[in-house]
This record gives sequence, C-alpha cells and structure tokens, in this order.
Amino acid sequence: MGSLIKSGGVSGAILSRIATNDQHGENSEYFDGWKAYDKDPFHLSRNPHGIIQMGLAENQLCLDLIKDWIKENPKASVCTPEGVYQFSDIANFQDYHGLKEFRQAIANFMGKARGGRVTFDPERIVMSGGATGANETIMFCLADPGDVFLVPSPYYAAFDRDLRWRTGVEIVPVHCSSSNNFKLTVEAVEWAYKKAVQSNKNVKGLLFTNPSNPLGTILDKDTLKNLVRFVTRNNIHLVVDEIYAATVFAGENFASVAEVVKDLDSSEVNVDLIHIVYSLSKDMGLPGFRVGIVYSYNDSVVSCARKMSSFGLVSSQTQFMLASMLSDDSFVDNFLMESSKRLGIRHGVFTLGLKKADINCLISTAGLFVWMDLRHLLRVRNSFESEIELWHIIIDKVKLNVSPGSSFQCTEPGWFRVCFANMDDDTLHVALRRIQDFVSKNSNKTAEKASDNDKLIQNNNAKKQKWKQSNLRLSFRRLYEDGLSSPGIMSPHSPLLRT
Amino acid sequence: MKQLSTKVTSNGHGQDSSYFLGWEEYEKNPYDEIKNPNGMIQMGLAENQLCFDLIESWLAKNPDAASLKRKGQSIFKELALFQDYHGMPEFKKAMAEFMEEIRGNRVTFDPKKIVLAAGSTSANETLMFCLAEPGDAFLLPTPYYPGFDRDLKWRTGAEIVPIHCSSSNGFQITESALQQAYQQAHKLGLKVKGVLVTNPSNPLGTALTRRELNLLVDFITSKNIHLISDEIYSGTMFGFEQFISVMDVLKDKKLENTEVSKRVHVVYSLSKDLGLPGFRVGAIYSNDDMIVSAATKMSSFGLVSSQTQYLLSALLSDKKFTSQYLEENQKRLKSRQKRLVSGLESAGITCLRSNAGLFCWVDMRHLLDTNTFEAELDLWKKIVYNVKLNISPGSSCHCTEPGWFRVCFANMSEDTLDLALKRLKTFVESTDCGRMISRSSHERLKSLRKKTVSNWVFRVSWSDRVPDER
Repeated sequence: MGSLIKSGGVSGAILSRIATNDQHGENSEYFDGWKAYDKDPFHLSRNPHGIIQMGLAENQLCLDLIKDWIKENPKASVCTPEGVYQFSDIANFQDYHGLKEFRQAIANFMGKARGGRVTFDPERIVMSGGATGANETIMFCLADPGDVFLVPSPYYAAFDRDLRWRTGVEIVPVHCSSSNNFKLTVEAVEWAYKKAVQSNKNVKGLLFTNPSNPLGTILDKDTLKNLVRFVTRNNIHLVVDEIYAATVFAGENFASVAEVVKDLDSSEVNVDLIHIVYSLSKDMGLPGFRVGIVYSYNDSVVSCARKMSSFGLVSSQTQFMLASMLSDDSFVDNFLMESSKRLGIRHGVFTLGLKKADINCLISTAGLFVWMDLRHLLRVRNSFESEIELWHIIIDKVKLNVSPGSSFQCTEPGWFRVCFANMDDDTLHVALRRIQDFVSKNSNKTAEKASDNDKLIQNNNAKKQKWKQSNLRLSFRRLYEDGLSSPGIMSPHSPLLRT
Repeated sequence: MKQLSTKVTSNGHGQDSSYFLGWEEYEKNPYDEIKNPNGMIQMGLAENQLCFDLIESWLAKNPDAASLKRKGQSIFKELALFQDYHGMPEFKKAMAEFMEEIRGNRVTFDPKKIVLAAGSTSANETLMFCLAEPGDAFLLPTPYYPGFDRDLKWRTGAEIVPIHCSSSNGFQITESALQQAYQQAHKLGLKVKGVLVTNPSNPLGTALTRRELNLLVDFITSKNIHLISDEIYSGTMFGFEQFISVMDVLKDKKLENTEVSKRVHVVYSLSKDLGLPGFRVGAIYSNDDMIVSAATKMSSFGLVSSQTQYLLSALLSDKKFTSQYLEENQKRLKSRQKRLVSGLESAGITCLRSNAGLFCWVDMRHLLDTNTFEAELDLWKKIVYNVKLNISPGSSCHCTEPGWFRVCFANMSEDTLDLALKRLKTFVESTDCGRMISRSSHERLKSLRKKTVSNWVFRVSWSDRVPDER
C-alpha cells in the first residue's frame, strides 16, 4: 500500500483524498466494541458468555408480523407462482421516479405513522439508498464543499460520514447538555449560528434527527415551530431526519415537521427550506431492504434529488413488495399499533431493570435505545478518558457492546446509548442481569480504587454508596426471590415476561 | 436558487441531452400494439427483454429462493436485518463465478475483491470518488454512453477528456488518439488519472480487440494511471469471437499480481446480461485493497437489497441455469441483431458490424442534408416526431462524426421491431436521398458488403498494422 503512494514520479496512480482519508470515520476507536462483538458474539445456547450486542439500533420486535403478511400475500412477490406474471415488468423497471404504487404506499405509511395528522404527496417522494443515501443526497443538493450544516449534539455517529465524507460539507455541532435534559433550544441554535457566521462560515442549514438518536426524545411542537421560524428568518435550510417517527411508544404525539409546515402561516415558513429524510429501516425493522426517502417541499430539490437517486434506487423487487404491503391499511394500522406497544413494553422492562441497578436513563418516549447515565460510575468525574475506560470495562468485563456518548459528540462524559430492541426477551434478561451484577460489584471497587485526590469526594460518596449498596443488596435479594435472576424460572407476574 | 448547491443549478446531471429528451417524448406517446399502435417505439433503451422466460421458469422450479426460504426454512428475518456493506458472501461468490463463466473460465475473480453497488451507475461513480479529485480527468473513447457525463462527473467534480475515434477504422482506439487525448488534458491543465472504456462498447456494440486492449494496458503502464473497464455487456457477446476481458490481457501479459494489475478495475452489473436493471445490482472488481476498502465503505450509500442478493445468489449458483442462460441469451441476441441489420439494409442503411450489445451503431450519414450536427439533429427530430421511433443521435454519445445513431433491438417484441423497420423504410424511401438509394441500391449494397467484410477482416486480425482508410 505504501508503495502505491511512493511509486512513480507521476502522481496519476495515487488514489483520491476521499479514498485515503479517515473521514468515513470507521477507523475510530468506537468500532472496538463492534470488533470485540464480532470476535465473540453472544448466543443464548451456543455462546452464553459472549458479548451481547447493544450498540445496534435495530428493531427486531415486529418482524413476525411482516413475515406473516408476506406468507399470506404471495402475490406481493414477483418470484412466487402467484406473482411471477409481474416478474419481467418489475425486473425491467428502473425509472428513477419509482413505482407509482410504491410512492403512494410510502406516502400512506408516512401519514399513518404520524397519526393521520398530516398527509404526504407521493410526487415528492424520492428514493435513496437507505437514510444513509438520503442524507448524503440532500447534502449534495443543498450545500457545496466547505459549506456548513448545524447539527445538535449528541448526534448519530455516522453523520460524520454521511453528511461530510464525499460531499465536503462541514458539521458544526450545537451542543446540548444534561442541564436541560439535552433539549434542543432555539437559543442554542441561534447562538451556534451566529458564532459560525462570525467565523466566516457559510451556514446552509440545520439538520437533526427527530425522534432523536441517541436520546430517544421527541422535540415538542412549539420548539419545532420556532425552529422553522428561525430557519425561515435566516433563509437557511431545515432537514429533519424522521427515521424513528413510528418508534414513539409513550407520551405526547410525535410532531413531524410536516405538521408544522401545515399549521404555520406562509409568512412564517418558507417551505422551500424544509426537507424530510425518512427510511423503513427502524420503523419497520427492514434495514436490509435499503429503503430511504428524501421528501422535500422544494421542487428544485425534489427534481435534483430524483436525478441523484440513480445512484441508490430501491430494488424494484422491494418496491413492488412494499407497495403491496404498505397499501394494506389493516396491516399497517395493526403493525403501527403493535409495534408501539411492544417497544413500550420492552422499554419499560429495560428501564425498570436498570433502575434496580440504580442506573437512570434520560426520560424518553421513542427510539430503539435509551440514553443511559453512568456518570456516577466514572472513575474520574467529567473525564472522557474515564468514559472510554468504563466503556472498555463494559465491553470486556460486562460483555455488552454499548456506545459511549463521546462517539455521538456528546460534550459531557458518562452517557451511553444502549439499544434494547435488537434482541429477544431472554437476551435482554441476561444483559440486565449482567448490568446489575456489575454495578453491585463495582460499587465495592469504586471505594477501593479511589485516588488520593478523590478520597475526599469518595468519603462523602462512600456514605451514599454504603446506603446504595445495602439498598442494592436488598433489591437483589428481592430479585432473587422474585426469581428474576434465575434463568428459566420466571414469575408469571414478572414484567420481564411478555404477556 | 442561490440557496441550493451548484449541483442543483448546473447541468451536470446531463439530462438536457437529446438522449434523455427522446425518452421524454416516448413517455408522452408510448407505442402499444393494441392500445396505441401509432405511438412512438422505444429504440433508445438498451434493455435486454429477450430472456425473462428463462428466469421465470427457473423461479417456478426453485420455490425456496422465490419465497425467501433456505432448505424450506424462512430466512426472512435474517434478510430483513442484513445490511452488512461487505455484501452476502454467497452472493459475491456466485457473482465471481458468473463473471468467470462469461470469460470462459480463463481468468479467476476473487469474491473478496468484489464490492457491490446499486447498479453500475453507482459503481462507476464510486470508482471516480476513489480515484479522482475534483478537476482530475479520465480519458474516454468516443462515442460513449451519455450517462457517463452524469455518473463520472456530476457529483465527483471529475472531468472527461475524449479519445477521438473515427469511422475510418471502425471507431477503434489508436495509439495516436490516446496520446492526443492525454496531451489535450494537459493543455487544459487537467491531471489525468486514468482511462475508462466500456467493453463491449456502448454505443458501438463491438468488443475491444486484443490489439486495443494491449494498447490500453501498455498506455496506462507507461503513464502510471488507472484503467477502468466497464464490462457490463460482457455477457451479450454473440459474435463467434470470444469476449476478451482486460483481465485476460493482464494474464496473457503475465501482469497478474503486479503493481499494474492494481490499477486495472472492472465494473460489472446484471442489468444487461440478465435483463434485471430494476434490481440495481452493480459491482466493482479491483486488485487494489485500498480501493476495495474505500469502495466498500462507500457502498453504504447504495447497497443491494438483501432480498435481491439472496434471490440472485441462488440463481447464479445454479450452474446448469447459468450455462444454459448464457448460451440461449447469446443465440437470441444474435438472431435479433440480424433481424435489425437486414431490415436496415433493405432500407439502404448499414451499421457498424457488431458482435455484442443490445443495439447497433447505425450509419445514416447519407440521409443528412449536410455533414453537420445540426443536420443530424434535424434528422433525429424527423425520426422521433414523424417516424415515431426514439433512437439516440451520435452527438448525444459525443461522436465526432455526424450521422451515426444508436438503435436498440432487444427491448421489444419481434413484431414491434418489424414495425419499426417498416416505418423507417417508408421514411427513407420518402426522402430524396432514399429515392436515390433505392435506384442504385443494388450497387450500394454491393459496395457496402465489401466494406463490412474488410471491417470484419480487420477486427479478427491481431496484427499491429494501422488500418487503411476506406
């Protein structure tokens, strides 16, 4: 590899900067967790001591519903005897407008996922290679190399690749903090915007995921309205990645930016600035099918994104199947309801289990993960080094792959994103037990390993810890009595059991 | 809008070209045997619709693959969740073996060096992102596929500098044309990163000769640049010559596992050979680990749907099917091409003799009022609007000589092809030129056949001599 770069006085052979730089972000140490998991993946029976994958935001809770639907609807496949009469037309179909029925079905699904409070125009639905492709495409449409997009942190780690790598666009984070539960405020955005402009950066827009990854929180409608007003006032774009729209399981209804566009007066919102990114990877749990959507209220962007979709069209085989599935209203209604229910139960079980280990999470009502607060377990408070150290302990000793907050550009050490929807109940139970065991052991170790500097703090904390420990042990005894910690013996009233 | 990127406001997508305008006209008034018999016949779309029946009957015999099952067990969940950008190993293995089979098993492809992409559209763009900085140039022989202007340049910022090929030698690539293009790039202040060829050629319908391939490999060796060989039509070779891949040449020149071989990359797709453009299956093959690694990460922006990977891995692993398919596909393409060629001949029109592809490169220079591109466009408009055939004018393919058109033959039924030929013949005979031609058609065809034979003789020859002007 080195010789390639050294060879030849003529630099023709050398690869591009994009090919050789690290901007894809994959050489980051954050992939250590994944690598460890790949080497030693957990399996309930075959490898019960392996690493449990809790770093992958997948939704595995409702695949049975989809599988059943496919079985009962063989015509939706162009390969079955019932559907093969469509094979040649579909296999031949590469029009970048996409199948009309597919666009209509997606528009239908998107509307239902937002409780029918807003409708989507199939003519504005543009395909892309997953949300990954959609986010990159929207950047290519809205920004030139060197332009800036503001992105609230903590944010999805792969945005560094998707938004920047091949586009040359820069990300300027809008840091959110635990002091107000990481809520995104207009003031914070305004401040970040002014600062960027003052440093002569060409800010093209604001992009965020709502519901949030990694927080699992949804933005309240008023703030969303004010952000729409803000971008309109300053003539910059707003891209909302609503990939987790249908993973809301509790609390307030999810307010899509589409709703806000509908509600606001035309003097308050310039719709040419509003764009939505969507995908079926999380709401439906179908990341393998690569269904990404760019939805823009700006005709030029729709037109351009559509031409760019040639670089990442959805397989017509997949379009055809989903067109059929997502236009089945009774299936969609039931799916959305059931998915929300199962996510809610899973979230409840997980957070309850964490509470029993004295671990709190940011209160969240959506997403496939929790934003776990482990600041109290850091060896040194407010230290990213300690966060990474703790993270390695979690991978190597607790045998869980979780994602450290710093990988999401979080400015406060000690937060971790932990996924809960990508495994079955038994595995979740094992993960919870490991966490609870680790915490009870660690409360002892913390007292032992304290440095001289920390001794004072530790003394104060030690009193708290002792109280905690005795409480923990009490709760563990209770857990044991409840039979929650003994595999195979589940109390019928245990919240861990799915009814 | 100032607020949008320059990519939105520029013409870099290349869609204002006549190539795409013809399509738009077709969309407004598409031919249908029953519903719209006077509509426009689409002959501008290089699709292969000749062998769907073979795939459909395979599906009927292979219910497991058809219904997302493996050994009778549903693997739906596994597929639903599979988004690994390395791609399905069984699929890449099947692709590698299929590519080997197309090349007569003379060369091997390592599945680990295959990177999947969403069609060759995505594969070509990804390679550009890996090899070129904005402003760097790739040399392409003309005429070339109009979509390259978008695929290679639009979002990458790369430039294309043409290698001019002419009808005087059947549009073959010559050493002097290569050198001229290279120097032209330098004159324009562009750094040349490589050469990209489509082999077999679109729009010519001819496979590169061994002489040309040797020339290309020698050229990139001496200039220390890359060679991309888009072999998307490799399975459509129907002439009695074998398809020679750039991989064959590397092997024969004993350049395998050398530094040069790391600069030779193959692009492939199932859109033409298998007629499955809707499924978006493209691939990059490279001997350079860094490129494989970078391109693999980039494939995140356009992965192949897992259900499609699964279906096709089963299809392509069935060796009985693939060998029957390749043979039958070639047979049907050959017969269809012959039908077009003889139909054109009876209208006094000749084509470049072709041995591959889904189209012919048709010589209509004698139908031009003047030897200009304006005249070519005029003729094209007449053919599109009056004759109601959508064909692709050579200028949209950056041909340097006016009067050539690409006409597709594999994307319609035989009856539709016959109708198209009938319309064309009627049109030609109605023009002054046509009337002259039919008067002296006997003489003309005789001399045309001589030309055709000499082209054929040249093509099969392996010698280095420069062809005579004809």
